[in-house]
Amino acid sequence: MSDLRAFRRSRNFFASLKIASMVALGVSLVALVSIVLFVLIRGTGNLTFQLLFGKYGASPSIWPAFLGTLELIVIAVGVAAPIGIASAIFLSEYAERDFWLIRCIRLATETLAGIPSIVYGLFGYLVFVVACGWGYSLLGGGLTLAIMILPLIVRSTEESLLSVPMAIREGSYALGAGKVRTIFAVVLPSASEGILTSLILAMGRVVSESAVLIMTVGMVVNIVPVSPLSAGTSLALDIYYFASFGYPEEASATAVVLLLFVLSLNLLAFLLARLFERKKGLHGQS
Amino acid sequence: MPTSSLRYRTFREKAMKGLFFLSAAFSLLALGAIIAYLFASGIPFIAKVGFFSFFFSTTWAPLATIPQYGVFAMVLTTLYVTALSVAIGASIGLLAAICLFRFVPSRFVTPLRWLIDLLAGIPSVIYGLFGLIVIVPFIRDYVSTNGMGYGILAASLVLSIMILPTMVSVSYDALKAVSPLYYEGALALGASREEATFKIVLPAAKSGIFAGLVLSSGRALGETMAVIMVIGGSPQLPVSLTESVRTLTANIAMGASELTSDALSALVATGVVLFVFALILNLSFSFLRGKESGHV
Repeated sequence: MSDLRAFRRSRNFFASLKIASMVALGVSLVALVSIVLFVLIRGTGNLTFQLLFGKYGASPSIWPAFLGTLELIVIAVGVAAPIGIASAIFLSEYAERDFWLIRCIRLATETLAGIPSIVYGLFGYLVFVVACGWGYSLLGGGLTLAIMILPLIVRSTEESLLSVPMAIREGSYALGAGKVRTIFAVVLPSASEGILTSLILAMGRVVSESAVLIMTVGMVVNIVPVSPLSAGTSLALDIYYFASFGYPEEASATAVVLLLFVLSLNLLAFLLARLFERKKGLHGQS
Repeated sequence: MPTSSLRYRTFREKAMKGLFFLSAAFSLLALGAIIAYLFASGIPFIAKVGFFSFFFSTTWAPLATIPQYGVFAMVLTTLYVTALSVAIGASIGLLAAICLFRFVPSRFVTPLRWLIDLLAGIPSVIYGLFGLIVIVPFIRDYVSTNGMGYGILAASLVLSIMILPTMVSVSYDALKAVSPLYYEGALALGASREEATFKIVLPAAKSGIFAGLVLSSGRALGETMAVIMVIGGSPQLPVSLTESVRTLTANIAMGASELTSDALSALVATGVVLFVFALILNLSFSFLRGKESGHV
């Protein structure tokens, strides 16, 4: 009898865990979705022409932030993409896995990925603001971000290169192509969607980042940046600025713009990744 | 001429390989530069202040006439915030992942995962804004006993929502990696679906789940923007959940506006402490992942 009771109790306990897990999933979805809805509902009404494209005067405008964000994307991705892709090519096409230097490089890439962004900000401040003497600048911020997104680009590019079937490379060698030619004419094109996806995700990181920029670009919200060396701001920084200095409506409105920007980047990356999967599936079948 | 073209080709192969290698080595160089810059400026500063008084003094007043640099209160706050947010976020995230893995009809699983992955991209400053406009006033009006909304509780709640997507996707992948034979074997032995999931599959996925925990702790530890918007920012000892305090990350960001030479070194020294914390988490993450792939 007591065995039966213990059995029932155990069954009930695990059945209640199941209910708890359903509640947890519900809570997670509600929490995350409500943040998006909150921003959209609260902010959309505050989107005015003045805020989006106006001149920063008596009432604030995010036009300088818009330009600053674009400039940061161009600098950070422009610098990190070639280095990151070349680095991934080395790791996937040339490197012997167990060589100590390769292990060090991998460990370094992983460690870079785990450094808190504010530490990158400090580093950027020490190097670009102080040591290079640029003061606060979009260029310094962009370069710091480039180092920050490098591990992301390296890792996902390497993954998409590794997923290119060996047979394609061998076919190219059999036709007399050298290694470099094979990489540029055969391997990179077959992995192009994967690489593009990783670059778009990296753009998303740049757009979302703000802690690095506090230390490096200077949060100058009211002046349109004229050169890469001028101090500036970004959409994410503007939200922080507006929220902390008494413009909550403008902060939510800017958040709408940032959120749509980031979510559409992620959606694009996601669709590309699906396309890539499908193509890989076709490779597998043939 | 075939020979010169061959020589050119060999040269091109070697040159490109060298270029690829240099790019790969760039990560190593960048990490080296970060460590060198931080430590060269931070360690001498800690030595100057005195190791003991830097780590165990509770007064942080870099702009006072007799400046004092003690990070103890901020280290403690950082640990509290990280622990509390991981406790809330990771347990909810893990349970949600289990539900998604086993108890959700299979046609909903992929769309829900997409949704969660998409929401993983919400910028941290937006979490901060949400915290500032919704969570802080809520805590101030309904939870707090001292009329204060800012503090550890607000920061932990914001961070626990923020780490949910990470925890859900890493745990889901870990559960998915467990061989379905375990589950089927347990069912064959008479376990219910819930028992098989929680008693057999869950323990089998534990190293992957631990990796998710470590990853989430890293995000909570290193988050700056979402935290500084809701934590208040006074560098004092945390004695209550609703009281203005300051984490290590917040200390760096808030100090950024008051940079003079000694204060800068103090911030860099804070950065060194934070970096070491992150490094420990990072290494344990690589270790756990290595262990996990060793199992399979």
